[in-house]
Amino acid sequence: MKFITRILRPEQVRELVTLFLIVIIVLGFGAFLKDYYTGRTFVRISTSIAIIAVVAMAQTLVAITRNIDLSLGSIVGFCAFFLGVQLSYHHEIGPVPAALIAIAVGTAMGLINGLIIAYGRVPAIITTLGTMAIYRTAIVFYSAPEGGIVSAHRLPLWARQFASWSIFKMGDLDFRVMVGIAILVVIIFQLILTYLPYGRRLYAIGSNPEAARIAGFPAQRIVFIAYLIGGALAGLGGYLFLLQYGNLMVLAGVGLEFDAVAAAVVGGVNIFGGTGTAIGAFLGATLIGTLDYSLRRWPAISEFWRNAILGLLILLAVATDSAIMARLRLMWARAAAAMTMELAESKTSSSPQA
Amino acid sequence: MQSSRLASLRRMQFLRSWEAILFFVFLAILLYNATRVPAYLTVGNQINVFYLYAEKIIVALIMTFIIINGEIDLSVASVMGLCAGVLGRLLEMGVRGEYAIAAALVTGLLCGLWNGLWIAYARLSSLIVTLAGMIMFRGLVWVMVEDRSITNFPAWINHLGQDAILGPFPLSLIIFFVLLIFAYIVLHHSAFGRYVYVIGNNREVARFSGVKVQQIKLILFATSGLISALAGVLYAARLGAMRSSTAEGFELEIITMVLLGGVNIFGGSGSLIGVLLSILTVLNLRNGMSLANITLQQQTGVIGALLIFSVLVPNLAGRVRAELNRRRFARLAAEQTAPAERKEVKAESK
Repeated sequence: MKFITRILRPEQVRELVTLFLIVIIVLGFGAFLKDYYTGRTFVRISTSIAIIAVVAMAQTLVAITRNIDLSLGSIVGFCAFFLGVQLSYHHEIGPVPAALIAIAVGTAMGLINGLIIAYGRVPAIITTLGTMAIYRTAIVFYSAPEGGIVSAHRLPLWARQFASWSIFKMGDLDFRVMVGIAILVVIIFQLILTYLPYGRRLYAIGSNPEAARIAGFPAQRIVFIAYLIGGALAGLGGYLFLLQYGNLMVLAGVGLEFDAVAAAVVGGVNIFGGTGTAIGAFLGATLIGTLDYSLRRWPAISEFWRNAILGLLILLAVATDSAIMARLRLMWARAAAAMTMELAESKTSSSPQA
Repeated sequence: MQSSRLASLRRMQFLRSWEAILFFVFLAILLYNATRVPAYLTVGNQINVFYLYAEKIIVALIMTFIIINGEIDLSVASVMGLCAGVLGRLLEMGVRGEYAIAAALVTGLLCGLWNGLWIAYARLSSLIVTLAGMIMFRGLVWVMVEDRSITNFPAWINHLGQDAILGPFPLSLIIFFVLLIFAYIVLHHSAFGRYVYVIGNNREVARFSGVKVQQIKLILFATSGLISALAGVLYAARLGAMRSSTAEGFELEIITMVLLGGVNIFGGSGSLIGVLLSILTVLNLRNGMSLANITLQQQTGVIGALLIFSVLVPNLAGRVRAELNRRRFARLAAEQTAPAERKEVKAESK
């Protein structure tokens, strides 16, 4: 026990549990389905979670500060649309400038959210419920001259091929660029959350806003920046969305915000702030993606069961979290207390006065 | 003297209240629409304004209770869809209409109980439980109906959903008004209603005061399921058809109407009068925009902006007022106590 508490934190235990579930799902379906352990399975699952993982990262950031962003799906949709229209007219835009355009547009939308929430003090759920509708309307307006669609055949060649670019290939196993981007984002944000003061302050505000305020943290600015970064990530999500699907309709990205919440929650992010990791959210997205793909491959049950099972999964994740995580933390706190006691004792015994 | 001052104070409070603002906005929209379209204020048109949103405003009534209680129910639209699906599937299988409707209502009640049990007794957050419910119940509709559409409703069900039953009023509106009066009495003139507010204000205080918090939450969510089922049946009957995507996305508009009515998203305050005024405002605004050829999607954007401004503007106004007051008091204090303060500073420095 002592050994475990020394090398792991409760959050890491939670991540390991999610990973363990993914392994169980893969082994379980692998036993039933033919041709399951192939490169194709990996490609399908990994590309399907690339977008959701990036958007879930945005949701995780704001969720850690006790907020929520319901407008992410609309931001993804708008950025994808904006970029799609720009690319259909300007074929000279390359992949990197295109990404920057999408991220800039997303940041601008996150800026609006952040201003209203952090400085206007409007509850996040009200603000993002409103901007969700407003940004969706913006898509309608923006796409009206284009007939409400972006079609793949008008995009430049690189944009049509981007989804199949790979970092490395080994037979069937194909590690796509999109997946690489998503994993890079996850790693960067995990490092930010763990090591940068800004990341730690996000947790501080989320776990106890009053204490954070008294400690002198600029809570408004921190939340504002979280929405700014969230918008940028959604912009990147929009970029990937356009490049993966090519053909867009006005409803592009609808419901993505709820998928992002689902991924984060299944991965152990507490929607009421203070806990959750980037890797956890990524594992949550992976778990959902794997389950989703495997169910679709399983002929015995209808593919329509997907959402029914996902809903149950979210509920079970939260129920076990609330039942177990508090106890785990208590155990860890006790272990830490015991360790400090021991340290103190050893100090007093070695000091000359004793 | 005293009482007349109190009365004028009350009048002032009313004029500053959210309900009053909504009332004037509603009147302005009504007048604007009436001047543009001569037939706007006729009973027929007003009934039509309501009729097209009857199911949403029925659910908005119970949503008011739930949000005042400090919770939220995102699953209402999926319950509507699920119950419409149960109705459609059973009718398709040749079950009699009465039984099919009863089964749909029972399904809704079970959905509500499912949510309520997790929220009240497992003490999970309603945001997550009902989000999971929203995904799960919608998933069950897909399992049942798949990607078909069901249209073979018996004539009497279509008649109930589509025709005027009592004078010019269709059934859905009669149900709405009956439920409105009932909800008003329960929320504002019964012990149960007070408990709903108390729990929304401070759950712990309510518990220590002997309020059966868990039981009340369970009742609210079960009722929400039942009312959503009723709304789903009415919606299917009005359209004479249902699909797997029936009522998808309604929850956002329902919640918007309640919040616009001045109900606090964190619970504890709000009134049904405010929600009724907000319903009137939203419906007439939408109707006016439809008359001006603004599309549904664009209307949703306008309502979204309205929702944000309804909280943002009072917030900013309050802060400006507080800042002005602070400065005035600071100046007054500085003028009156300047000598005394100097003495104090001296005393401290010694």
